[in-house]
Amino acid sequence: MENEVQVKTEHLVKRYPMGAESFPALQDINLQFMKGEFTGIVGPSGSGKTTLLNIIGTLDKPTEGEALLLGKTISKLTHKEGAKIRNEHLGFIFQTYNLLPVYTVFENVEFPLLLLSMEKKERDEAVWQALEWMQITEKAKVKPNQLSGGQAQRVAIARSIVKKPKIVIADEPTANLDAKNSHRILQLMVDLNKDLQTTFIFSTHDEKVIQYLRRIINLEDGRVASDELVELNGIATQE
Amino acid sequence: MIRFILKGVLRDRSRSLIPVLIVAIGVTLTVLIYGWMNGVVDNLMRTNAYYNTGHLKVATRAYWTEAEQLPNDLALTGMDRLLTFLHKNYPDVEWKPRIRFGGLLDIPGPNDETREQGPTAGIALDLFESGKWAERRLFKLQESLVKGRLPRTQNEVLLSNQMARSMNIDMGDEATLIGSTMYGGMAMYNFKVVGVLTFGVQLLDRGSMIAHLNAVQRALNMDNACSEIYGIFKNDIYSAERAADIKQDFNRQKSKPDDAFSPQMKLLTDQQGLGELLPVYRSAWLVLLLIFVAAMSIVLWNAGLMAGIRRYGEIGVRLAMGEDKGHLYRMMIAESVIIGLIGSVLGTAIGLAGTYYLQSVGVDISGFMEDASMFIMDRVRARVTPTSYVIGFIPGLLATILGTSISGIGIYKRQTSQLFKELET
Repeated sequence: MENEVQVKTEHLVKRYPMGAESFPALQDINLQFMKGEFTGIVGPSGSGKTTLLNIIGTLDKPTEGEALLLGKTISKLTHKEGAKIRNEHLGFIFQTYNLLPVYTVFENVEFPLLLLSMEKKERDEAVWQALEWMQITEKAKVKPNQLSGGQAQRVAIARSIVKKPKIVIADEPTANLDAKNSHRILQLMVDLNKDLQTTFIFSTHDEKVIQYLRRIINLEDGRVASDELVELNGIATQE
Repeated sequence: MIRFILKGVLRDRSRSLIPVLIVAIGVTLTVLIYGWMNGVVDNLMRTNAYYNTGHLKVATRAYWTEAEQLPNDLALTGMDRLLTFLHKNYPDVEWKPRIRFGGLLDIPGPNDETREQGPTAGIALDLFESGKWAERRLFKLQESLVKGRLPRTQNEVLLSNQMARSMNIDMGDEATLIGSTMYGGMAMYNFKVVGVLTFGVQLLDRGSMIAHLNAVQRALNMDNACSEIYGIFKNDIYSAERAADIKQDFNRQKSKPDDAFSPQMKLLTDQQGLGELLPVYRSAWLVLLLIFVAAMSIVLWNAGLMAGIRRYGEIGVRLAMGEDKGHLYRMMIAESVIIGLIGSVLGTAIGLAGTYYLQSVGVDISGFMEDASMFIMDRVRARVTPTSYVIGFIPGLLATILGTSISGIGIYKRQTSQLFKELET
């Protein structure tokens, strides 16, 4: 099942209108993301990383070309269908954690399961399991403002993986963390990737993240400049 | 999910406190105004019914046309037979014969010369009947007595305090009523003043004289006659439908358009412009209710927009996580219902406390009523009714739902493609 295609783009183009002209954010992107990948989209600001994540995450639609997520054509999804796919199959991690401040850690992690209308018993088990994965069970009853940056990001990851999504999309997940916390978070994500076969797609230019990636897609001016498979201790393949 | 929302609303005071306070204030005012308007309408109806119009009133057709002149030459004759008919046919109504008369009141000095003289507007009642519906109870004579006592014999009378003071009348003084008989002759009749009253109704307190019916019948030569017969529903509640039925039935049987002296029945709302006034009072609170709903909705809309800005990140995360915009919008409405309910309960409790206070203490409006031509008690009291307990929930819930519905439209305008950028800040 590792060869199962989760995301596929064909001649993907995304343009944003700028007055009478249009600005090409992505041009002719042809990529495939397989199940269990641990991939980073890297590149300087304005290279199109976030735009690509937006389209993969059904938050935006391509201007031209095709993008398929779990076999579904993203451009044909309605808002409601897009929300349903995100709800059931995608997890999101943001660089600023974005935890809901009035709820406890447990409740924050529980929230995606409430959207899935999961039974309480099943929900509780899933939340505790996610907190255990992230080694943060002792903070279950604590509010986000009592957490350190590293702890908050571990909660955010727990929230993204609690429903065991097929794909986790992470936008600069370590941007606000120190080196020690970054490594800890990344190692936890690597473990999850191995244990759950969850596909991780990062947008990053953080060297610490890049060390952990097994595939690096380099974007420059909206085009794929390189797409490399990496062994954990070095570059294995170059296309 | 509702429990989840409830936790959020209760924990996030900035999300709930200001809207709850806004709703509570609006609901409090609604309950207070509703209770107050109830009290005013109740006061107006009760005071008029007891002192002036009855729930129903019978007089001759000719009397009705000149009722303001107190034309006793057009009075009802054959009073006993008419009363028997009324009691028999409409037993749910208490029927009271009264004579309203005008004249001069002459107070003699020690040598029988005129010491003081002044105009009076008198009401003759059966002062000695007993029971729940006794006239002395309807007129609250015992409670209104400020000096002296109630009459024990037929020729004893009560005067309004203002009149007694202005004419230097003391208890036990003789007072001669100078007026005209039912047949147009001059009437002079001696009474003895035994008590002084303050009704708390300006129209009565200016120059009233309360005398026994039989004595005035004698004084004005009105044997078995009276000016008017008042009908008060025995349950003390004016039923417009029942009153209209009785009126129609009575007039069909007794009133003859070609006979000016035949009796004619009128409703409370046919008299003194009350038919026009009461609906205005009744609908006034509805207008106020609408104003409150509109004002609160605007404030809550604004509060919703502020909350929307403050919760921009939360809403963004929820959309990114796959919460449908429609679901998110509905959850916001559910939150507003919770806030509306909490605010309405709080506002209703405060409003009811205030209404109960105004019901027991009342507000003295005599200063505004000095020249009034309306029968209304000087002390107006609010009135709590079963509706008072629920009326506040209408603006409380309507305003919060309306305010949130408008402010929540922004959720639908949110571009999901901007979420990553928005959530990075």
